[in-house]
Amino acid sequence: MAIDVATVKKVASLSRLREGDERLQALAGELNGILGWIEQLNEVDVEGVQPMTTAVELPTPLRDDVVTDGGKVADIVANAPKSVDGFFIVPKVVE
Amino acid sequence: MSKSELTRLTLKSAVDGLKSKQFSSAELTDAFISAIETANPALNAYVATTFDLARDRAKASDARLAKGEGGRLEGAPLGIKDLYCTKGVRTTACSGILENFVPTYESTVTQNLWDDGAVMLGKLNMDEFAMGSSNETSKWGAVVNPYIAKTHGNEDLSSLVDSIRVANKLHGRGEFDKRGFEESKAGFLTPGGSSGGSAAAVAADLCLAATASDTGGSIRQPAAFTGTVGIKPTYGRCSRYGMVAFASSLDQAGPITKTVEDSALMLQSMCSHDVKDSTSLNVPVPDFSAYLGKSVKGLRVGIPDEYRLDGIPAEIDALWEQGIAWLKDAGAEIVRISLPHTKYALPCYYIIAPAEASSNLARYDGMRYGHRTQQGQSLTDIYELSRSEGFGKEVKRRIMIGTYVLSAGFYDAYYVKALKVRRRIAEDFTNAWNSCDVVLTPATPSAAFALGDTQKAADPVAMYLNDVFTVTTNLAGLPGMAVPAGLDQSGLPLGLQVIGKPLDEGSVLMVGHVLEQAAGFTAKPEKWW
Repeated sequence: MAIDVATVKKVASLSRLREGDERLQALAGELNGILGWIEQLNEVDVEGVQPMTTAVELPTPLRDDVVTDGGKVADIVANAPKSVDGFFIVPKVVE
Repeated sequence: MSKSELTRLTLKSAVDGLKSKQFSSAELTDAFISAIETANPALNAYVATTFDLARDRAKASDARLAKGEGGRLEGAPLGIKDLYCTKGVRTTACSGILENFVPTYESTVTQNLWDDGAVMLGKLNMDEFAMGSSNETSKWGAVVNPYIAKTHGNEDLSSLVDSIRVANKLHGRGEFDKRGFEESKAGFLTPGGSSGGSAAAVAADLCLAATASDTGGSIRQPAAFTGTVGIKPTYGRCSRYGMVAFASSLDQAGPITKTVEDSALMLQSMCSHDVKDSTSLNVPVPDFSAYLGKSVKGLRVGIPDEYRLDGIPAEIDALWEQGIAWLKDAGAEIVRISLPHTKYALPCYYIIAPAEASSNLARYDGMRYGHRTQQGQSLTDIYELSRSEGFGKEVKRRIMIGTYVLSAGFYDAYYVKALKVRRRIAEDFTNAWNSCDVVLTPATPSAAFALGDTQKAADPVAMYLNDVFTVTTNLAGLPGMAVPAGLDQSGLPLGLQVIGKPLDEGSVLMVGHVLEQAAGFTAKPEKWW
């Protein structure tokens, strides 16, 4: 299925990316090229095959439900674009 | 020993020399610092240097060595791919979105190296978020391969070298003149990617060994392009804690080194079980060096029919035949095998890796760390503008592919389908292990190509084909190693790849060592920088 500019724009928005119209046009071509190449997967018979989500099948490791780390407020906000008194400063989201 | 003699040492001989006090870590570290200062303006392998820290650590190592103490890598200067978080040292994954990120914690792999006494020289260049095969997607500019094609007219090399120094300097300052940069790169080759800085630094003697990482071939392809050794261990052997994530089910740490023996030594330190990574394997780490020098007599080496591709240079096929002959001479049994789903590995990868990347990279929202735009008012504006300003072109393209294949209506047709094909690819190997113990293939479909290759720049799929021989092992989670085995007509290195069963890095190293000995590969790039 060919991707048009409107679809690219929608995907960009879902990806939280903003691209100019010129770039959107070019991206439609690039994405069509890549997805066209990917179409060959339809040749593979996957009837009854379980999806493989991990390279090594392992049960999820569990640990005791105890606090093992913490008290690192200064470390956590150290790279914040804006912070005050150990809080992240973010744009106003409620009018 | 002179400075150039010191920097040419292998990791193993340097560690031995330090232990027997033939030279000090301070001397060795200074030799590398001089080499980096001379070479880096031309090669652009390091994106940050930590020389003061290196001198301090070297001094501390010398004190331990003087008392007859010290770890496995005591006093050995290494380079670290900029993908690994290093406490207090800027870590960008060569992306604008992490331009000023200074981790407050250390990755497990690098911590393991420091615990064993290693010294950090600096952070190595790479493709942005490890997405690329030529190191050209780095925010900090491309790395230049220390090897130069002999067929290229080298008459004007000195002026070219000057112009690339200027271009790298401008690029590093963000004063990027794309056209000038493209022109100045004429005649220079890519070291491959994404671990291009790691490979170039090892090949040019700018560190004893380097950390790298491999999601689809990012250790093995650059190693093959620079005449170095690179191994990606079994998925889960190395902790991913503190490695900037690209595609979590495929990413795996590993070293790039000068020799197979050095790879065994680096791997010994890098591998560990780590409770901070839920996919880290709780299995003993064997003594990798014990596999070196062992006979391959009777070992069954699989040669997959499907790796004979149309359009592959005859020299690469010839090298593969040579590799087969070397192993036969060493007593191995050569077995023809079939890996029928090989041709689907790359398209499968280019669904799974972007899907995981789109999810992983959603964390870069400009709120808690990373770049935040100065424009925009609403929350959505700030998310979108921060991300669009911070990410480069290839990263944005992959995020969008990933978002598309995961979106409603396409999830089953693309993503789930790819996960099923992935199992078919893994099963191919499981079946092959009934008739062979390791697999031998070429490492790459070509030697190093030109920086600014217009065909590859215009067609993403052409660039993706670089990983055609390496990507299967990421999907299946298997160990794979690239070993330099010869030079092509232009004097450029070519590599062979050895693939092993899960957790059988030992056999991979053993076979790699036999190939290394048989090839007698001693080429070094001529020092033009």
